[in-house]
Amino acid sequence: MTDISQSGAPKHASSLLSKDARTAKRNRAESRFKLYGILAIAVGLLMLITLVYNIVSRGTGAFTQTFVTLDVTLAEDKLDKNGNRNLDEIKKVSTFGYAPLIKDAISSEVEKLGIQTDLSAKDQAAILSKSAAAQLRDYVIANPDKIGETVQFRFLANSRVDGYMKGRVSRESIANDKSISPAQLDFVDQLVADGVIVKSFNLDFIFGADASDQRPEAAGIGVSMIGSLFMMLVVLALALPIGVAASIYLEEFAPKNWITDIIEVNISNLAAVPSIVFGILGLAVFINYMHLPMSAPLVGGLVLTLMTLPTIIISTRASLKAVPPSIRDAALGVGASKMQSVFHHVLPLAAPGILTGTIIGLAQALGETAPLLLIGMVGFIASNAPDSVASGLLSPNSAMPAQIYEWAKRADPAFYERAWGGIIILLIFLVTMNTVAVILRRRFERRW
Amino acid sequence: MNDMARVERVVDTGQAKITASDVQVHYGDTHAIKDVNVNIGDKTVTAFIGPSGCGKSTFLRCLNRMNDTIDVCRVKGNILLDGEDIYDKRVDPVQLRAKVGMVFQKPNPFPKSIYDNVAYGPRIHGLAKNKAELDEIVEKSLRRGAIWNEVKDRLDAPGTGLSGGQQQRLCIARAVATEPEVLLMDEPCSALDPIATAQVEELIDELRQRYSVVIVTHSMQQAARVSQKTAFFHLGNLVEFGETGQIFTNPQDPRTESYITGRIG
Repeated sequence: MTDISQSGAPKHASSLLSKDARTAKRNRAESRFKLYGILAIAVGLLMLITLVYNIVSRGTGAFTQTFVTLDVTLAEDKLDKNGNRNLDEIKKVSTFGYAPLIKDAISSEVEKLGIQTDLSAKDQAAILSKSAAAQLRDYVIANPDKIGETVQFRFLANSRVDGYMKGRVSRESIANDKSISPAQLDFVDQLVADGVIVKSFNLDFIFGADASDQRPEAAGIGVSMIGSLFMMLVVLALALPIGVAASIYLEEFAPKNWITDIIEVNISNLAAVPSIVFGILGLAVFINYMHLPMSAPLVGGLVLTLMTLPTIIISTRASLKAVPPSIRDAALGVGASKMQSVFHHVLPLAAPGILTGTIIGLAQALGETAPLLLIGMVGFIASNAPDSVASGLLSPNSAMPAQIYEWAKRADPAFYERAWGGIIILLIFLVTMNTVAVILRRRFERRW
Repeated sequence: MNDMARVERVVDTGQAKITASDVQVHYGDTHAIKDVNVNIGDKTVTAFIGPSGCGKSTFLRCLNRMNDTIDVCRVKGNILLDGEDIYDKRVDPVQLRAKVGMVFQKPNPFPKSIYDNVAYGPRIHGLAKNKAELDEIVEKSLRRGAIWNEVKDRLDAPGTGLSGGQQQRLCIARAVATEPEVLLMDEPCSALDPIATAQVEELIDELRQRYSVVIVTHSMQQAARVSQKTAFFHLGNLVEFGETGQIFTNPQDPRTESYITGRIG
């Protein structure tokens, strides 16, 4: 603007109160750049908000479930014909033997409430989950003395009923659905009005086991959470000591020559290797060659250890490097040996950094799915929680991300909701771990 | 050159604690110390002066083998402490450093309590049998470091919380706690203000009663104030070594004269 009028003026002769052309241009460039930065952050934030909104809105449904409360008469003539309460004989009654009890219970409930319906007792009972009979049988086996009494039960509703309660299933969408009819939905509406069917928080989703394809309403992430926990224990027990020992040796003791240079470069390369490569390596070495059990958290943990080691080594070396050399000199100067100077002074100062790196490495391992695909931890339905540490390590199990993958690929839309719910739980774990890492770093960092 | 030889002979008559002969130090391809011969007397303060990069600190670090920590550093020649070669294969540098303590340029207390800073050396060398003895050593060392009165009420406070001058005196206390025979000081006052410097200098003079003190300094005034013997280094050579008074008033070598009069350096 002012450049033309000032073009003939001597250098720096213009007033400081008016900007010259170059300054104005530089200022414009700077404000433009600031704007780009703000835009970039805004785009990032928008994506984060979209992601969180999507996950929360789709996943929260998995934490509530539709329940049907019924009084079931545990008829002695059906469950214990001889009347001697012999547990072996009671166990001989299969879940099919319990189905009539449920039918009777629902019929009598309908009668009691005076609900008018044309549905057969079988169709009425079909609004319950297929797990209801098993739930009843488990209860009777655990409490044989209750046979003959009437006990109140809270059964899971069928996933279609649950979907109807959550708005996923409507009368239009079930036109071609053989497992539920509009008449059954009317029946459900009547039961909801009478308070027999309620939607409430579902603890079993967090602590329960996965269920078969026919019973999405009964599926939970708990057992795969235990699988993940055991894997993380293996990773922590192996990767932390090996990683820290390797870093201390490389950083403090190893001579600096071409061999250590090669090792250093290759550790950095390992950190960039795709995780599926570690998976196929684990398959070849741990399962095919060492014959460790398939699908076991021990093998999963070993594979994830390989994957986490470079992360831990790199972060440990960085935090060892960050300890000022004057501390090492001070220790050596009073006559400490190399090892004493490392373990008494350097390591304690590097510990927060090491801890942070380890937690971040663990969080990374916790969310890893690809290597688990290859060692068979995906697709296995763990129906029971392991009963001991050994079986927790060696018996087949799944892991949280693998369980989510498994649900996401099943056909029934009810599993879709559970996949999102699983993602919420996984993210809660990851965010918690990363927060702990940040807090530790803030608290213990820079004490010298 | 003949002048230098004469000066050395004068020193030889004294009681030598450390005798260095034909010391060569190489950093990779750099020849940092060339043919240094020097005798450091017991219970005297010896100052090393010279311009930056002349090798005085490097030579100081040879005396307790701190150069061992630098991969590319090679030391040749003989350095005898009480007649024993400290570069002998059988010598463990850890034992040597207990005998030859060191104070560094920048105060570097451990990020621990004042007490633990001083007690660390005696602990790892097993100098105290019990807590009472250790307490005694800590008190004695802090008194020798001329800092006891300032910190006696807060021995549990972190050593890093002290002022620069106090930190340096704490480091000196830490160094004397292991009962060394020689104390090496690498520009101990360069990070301190004049008042703290005066305190440390006063302390050095007291330490002379017990230890052989070797101090590297940039300040010629400081060398003149605290030392009895002075060695002038230039470009890796020991140019002149003698009584401090003589070096500063009647230097034999023209380079020394140029340096102390401020014409080079």
